[in-house]
Amino acid sequence: MPKFQLSRRRFLTAATLGASTVALSGCDAFDFLADLDNGVRNVLEGANDLTYRVQRLIAGRSSLAQEFTEADIRQPQRPNGITAPNDSVYKGLQSGDFADWRLEVTGLVEKPLSLSRQQLMDMPSRTQITRHDCVEGWSCIAKWTGVPMTLVLDQAVVKPQARYVVFHCLDTIEQSLSGQVKYYSSIDLIDARHPQTILAYGMNGMPLPVENGAPLRVRVERQLGYKMPKYIHKIELVDSFGAMGFGKGGYWEDRGYDWYGGI
Amino acid sequence: MESQARMVQQADEGTAPVTCGELVYRQTRWTRLTHWIWALSLFFLLLTGLQIFNAHPALYIGKQSGFAFSNDVLVIGAEDSATGPVGYTTILGHRFNTSGVLGLSGPAANPSVRAFPAWATIPSGQDLATGRVVHFFFAWLLSGTLLVWLVASLLNGHLRRDLAPGVDDLRRLPRDIADHAKLRFHHSRDYNTLQKLAYGGVLFVLLPLMIVTGLAMSPSMNAAVPFLADLLGGRQTARTIHFVTMVLLVGFFIVHMLMILAAGPINELRSIVTGWYRTDPPAGDRHEGSV
Repeated sequence: MPKFQLSRRRFLTAATLGASTVALSGCDAFDFLADLDNGVRNVLEGANDLTYRVQRLIAGRSSLAQEFTEADIRQPQRPNGITAPNDSVYKGLQSGDFADWRLEVTGLVEKPLSLSRQQLMDMPSRTQITRHDCVEGWSCIAKWTGVPMTLVLDQAVVKPQARYVVFHCLDTIEQSLSGQVKYYSSIDLIDARHPQTILAYGMNGMPLPVENGAPLRVRVERQLGYKMPKYIHKIELVDSFGAMGFGKGGYWEDRGYDWYGGI
Repeated sequence: MESQARMVQQADEGTAPVTCGELVYRQTRWTRLTHWIWALSLFFLLLTGLQIFNAHPALYIGKQSGFAFSNDVLVIGAEDSATGPVGYTTILGHRFNTSGVLGLSGPAANPSVRAFPAWATIPSGQDLATGRVVHFFFAWLLSGTLLVWLVASLLNGHLRRDLAPGVDDLRRLPRDIADHAKLRFHHSRDYNTLQKLAYGGVLFVLLPLMIVTGLAMSPSMNAAVPFLADLLGGRQTARTIHFVTMVLLVGFFIVHMLMILAAGPINELRSIVTGWYRTDPPAGDRHEGSV
């Protein structure tokens, strides 16, 4: 009899453990975390601020992303997101080989700029072979050529109160009820002035292809791909991005992705 | 220490005719607290990790992902066939039909194309952004707890006394393996050899490897410590090692649960909740040759 009791107790415990494992793995139990306004989610999001601070501390202002060799360029750069903007403004510029395209530099600057692609190409350039890391998990190595962003910022003379650089893009990434949503994203001035942060107009020795962001995209080599907008037409210096979009500093950021894409 | 002072609390209750051994204070509060924080963290890390993997369900060897060349070691996907969509998993070039679980899962009438099924991911739907938020929170929690545990265990002697395998442990190893194979367990205050190796392997090999391979995937960390990804064979290899280590940790979890069930779940659970563990009766009373 005691033996039976023991094994029944064991059985019940085993059954309870088993059942709770099954219950826990019914993971829609945690779907509330997908709600961007959920309080628990907002607490968990605090970990990203910690990551940002700690990585800035460890990586410093100017530690360089790894650069690779020509032999590491083994394939075309994999495009992602919008690869052929359908916007009439963009298509018009594209049909003229971007001769009428201008890069506006506005916001908290002393001297707003409007630069043609030729003007950008006439500035000192930097070429780097780097690895593009997508937030999805894949990587691709390519050679990028462009003008160091810090030179453009110096030319525009950034006002001291500026804290972020916002990239405004020509491509519509979403048709919402309130109209077209254009891609945008933002970085801090540390990354904007990082030696490898370039406004790229060339890729793998050729003009930047449309699918990779022609006529101009930014390379922010210490962050993930969604922090490197394509089809840029305006760079705006701001002290806060709270009033743009849903206030999180970018298209994907507004949809729950971390503003800091260093991890 | 309190463990010694409060050690003796004789078998009571007078229930079964089975002779009971002493209750001993086996797990300190540091061990118990960190154990449960790890359990919670690993639960969320696993299920959000599978969510993140689903965003690009392929693993590669090297610095980059081969799109125009082939360096993949695992691909999970779905494709159309004559009989309808099929979920597949390709491991090192060998393709398996994994419909229902990997590649294609969900209600038969309306299956969804996704690597790991909805019941294995947090959130259940495709949501990389939320997966990352939850993953990195618990990554910090796990790493912080591991550090606290390491310091506490160095100071309170847990490492030296309970985890470091000694010469005796290695000598006992063959017999310990035989005992485990026969599901013959000895309940004593000290861990047996296989326990020491398993727990030590998780705490000093698998979890640190998880953290290091995780950091090696961060582009910012690559700038700070470029040798890290190189040391691991490139960012995509680091990602593959991260995944393989996950599989090993899941394997550990399954064995851990089976051992607890086989060794007596009430007693084992009590020791990791309250610290108190009932040992076998003294040698000769019931078992011969208790460790």
